[in-house]
Amino acid sequence: MLKYILKRVGLALLTLFVIVLLLFILVRIMPGNPFPSERMNDQQIAMKRAEMGLDDPMFVQFGRYLYKLLIHGDFGNGTSLYYGAPIGSVMTTCIKNSFRIGGMAVLLGSFVGLLLGICAALNRGKFLDGFCTVFSILGVCVPSYVFLIFLQYNLASQTKLLPYFFDEARFMQSSVIPVISMSLFTMSTIARFTRNEMVDVIDSDYVHLAEAKGMYGSRLITKHVLRNALIPIVTVLAPLIVDLLTGALVVEKIYGINGIGKLMVDSIAGEGVDYNYVLALGILYSSLYIGIMMVVDILYGVLDPRIRVSAKGGDR
Amino acid sequence: MKKKMSKTPVNAPAENYQPVKEDFRFLSQQDITVDRNFASQSYWRGVAVHYFHNRRAVIGLIIVSLLIIFAVFGPMMSGYSYDEIVKVETVSSKGKVRMKPATMIAPRIPALHELLTGEEYDDAFKDEVFLFGTDDVGRDLWTRTWYGARVSLLIAFITIFIDMIIGMSYGLISGYFGGMVDNVMQRFVEVANSIPRLVIVSVLAIFMAKGMGLVVVALLLTEWIGMSKIARAEMLKIKEQEYVLASRTLGAGNGHIIFKEILPNTIGPIITQVMFSIPTAIFTEAFLSFVGVGIMLPQCSVGTLIEDGFNNITTLPYQILPPIIVLALLMLGFNFVGDGLREALAPKLEDM
Repeated sequence: MLKYILKRVGLALLTLFVIVLLLFILVRIMPGNPFPSERMNDQQIAMKRAEMGLDDPMFVQFGRYLYKLLIHGDFGNGTSLYYGAPIGSVMTTCIKNSFRIGGMAVLLGSFVGLLLGICAALNRGKFLDGFCTVFSILGVCVPSYVFLIFLQYNLASQTKLLPYFFDEARFMQSSVIPVISMSLFTMSTIARFTRNEMVDVIDSDYVHLAEAKGMYGSRLITKHVLRNALIPIVTVLAPLIVDLLTGALVVEKIYGINGIGKLMVDSIAGEGVDYNYVLALGILYSSLYIGIMMVVDILYGVLDPRIRVSAKGGDR
Repeated sequence: MKKKMSKTPVNAPAENYQPVKEDFRFLSQQDITVDRNFASQSYWRGVAVHYFHNRRAVIGLIIVSLLIIFAVFGPMMSGYSYDEIVKVETVSSKGKVRMKPATMIAPRIPALHELLTGEEYDDAFKDEVFLFGTDDVGRDLWTRTWYGARVSLLIAFITIFIDMIIGMSYGLISGYFGGMVDNVMQRFVEVANSIPRLVIVSVLAIFMAKGMGLVVVALLLTEWIGMSKIARAEMLKIKEQEYVLASRTLGAGNGHIIFKEILPNTIGPIITQVMFSIPTAIFTEAFLSFVGVGIMLPQCSVGTLIEDGFNNITTLPYQILPPIIVLALLMLGFNFVGDGLREALAPKLEDM
């Protein structure tokens, strides 16, 4: 087991290193010059370049960047129209906002989704099942920002029940709309997946055997069905968690939440942030993604011994 | 069975009852001389039969075909072009003739309005039909919506087709040769797969100009991975079969075996994956266009139309509805078709 975990961690770290290296090289080979040539003469530019270490070989620069990042948690200084502080501190604020909203969305989405999926599977072919199907189709087919726009229009603009934009001072009220609209996709995906898994497990031989032995009701469902149905759901949930924690991008942008998603949209649209932000955000996203995937892999191995066995002897 | 039983008179003794022909009927198959259960069927015929027995799959197919038909012919139906600002001659109070653009008009059909209310519209555009209204510079939204759907569909089809070719070749080659080749190729896929799509997009956005090219390249770089995994899994399943060995014994080369012998047998799962990739492509395109790095004006796609509608939502809420409904229907249709295909290609015993 320990060997399996170590192997996973090692692989994740290696992948992350490769990605950071790739991103760094890509950003550094961009054409362009950080210094205005009409304001500074060549000598001044050369001095400044030497001072900032831009004349060193790329790998020395990379080593220095990595050293600062790992030892001091320092992403360097970016220039930004909106955010004046060093990238590290800007990102800390953004992460805090995104994680608070995203965390609530994850909780709401997975809890309601699980509940809905279980209820649908237990009432197969009845009204609740149909409702679950329609709901999950709707949630998957309509982007979350559309829900946000509708909620914003109906609850905030027309009836003035809730704030129209995110407001730090009224955190609870103003997080209702984004949390609901962000969690709908997760909710519907989880609901559909749970239902299908449950139905598969309920039809399996060992559940029939358990029923034949006289087990019934909630004990059968929790001990035999849910436990096995939940294992695959972990894998589906993981990428959704990454998406939500890093902010459903457009939702944050539209609702004016000062989070990583908004930062990312700004960096994609090239509005007011520079390449250092792109680099820092890329590292953050990749490490979150790879980290959560790694945890899921390990969890999966713990929950389902078959995976562990095949990973030991097989091609991976 | 039960119905028949209850129709026989209860008091009549069973041995006196003479069965008549009407007592018996075929439950499912009228023409019993044709053996449908064990008749020899071609593979694709079987798939088609399964597919069309699935109500959802048929609905999906109908939705997708309708949308494609509208995307092709819809822009021609209104008589305006997608970037044309509709103008009407008006005479001002001073007697000057000038062209007035039809800005921000709610959906209208003059004939229907007259029929319902008995009076005409009282502005300059009383004879014009705007099924979805017009946008804030006066372009017909019906035309633009279907033109946008056309652009979105075209991008999705083209990129996914290229992705299919790349991913399929990659996966098939990796699976076929195995060993060291497979190992190296799979490590590469693992690294490529663990880069989030957004990071790829944001790095691309600083390298490339905004526009359709960015969307296409972003999709090309991300969507092939899923296909290659499926192609590899299929290859690993098939390559040990006897017909491959027979072909090799007859002297066929690797290229012939991979692309002529094995590829046709992997096509089913790959098509299913394509059907699931198309909605992803449309979604990604809509997202990028919404953010502002996708399709550029005066061209439009579903994403840019949603953004336009969003900008005017408080004043003109009708603008955002058509593109959202088209987007949702596209997603729905392709998802249904994909589900249907997956079930039809690998039917479980209980569905038979």
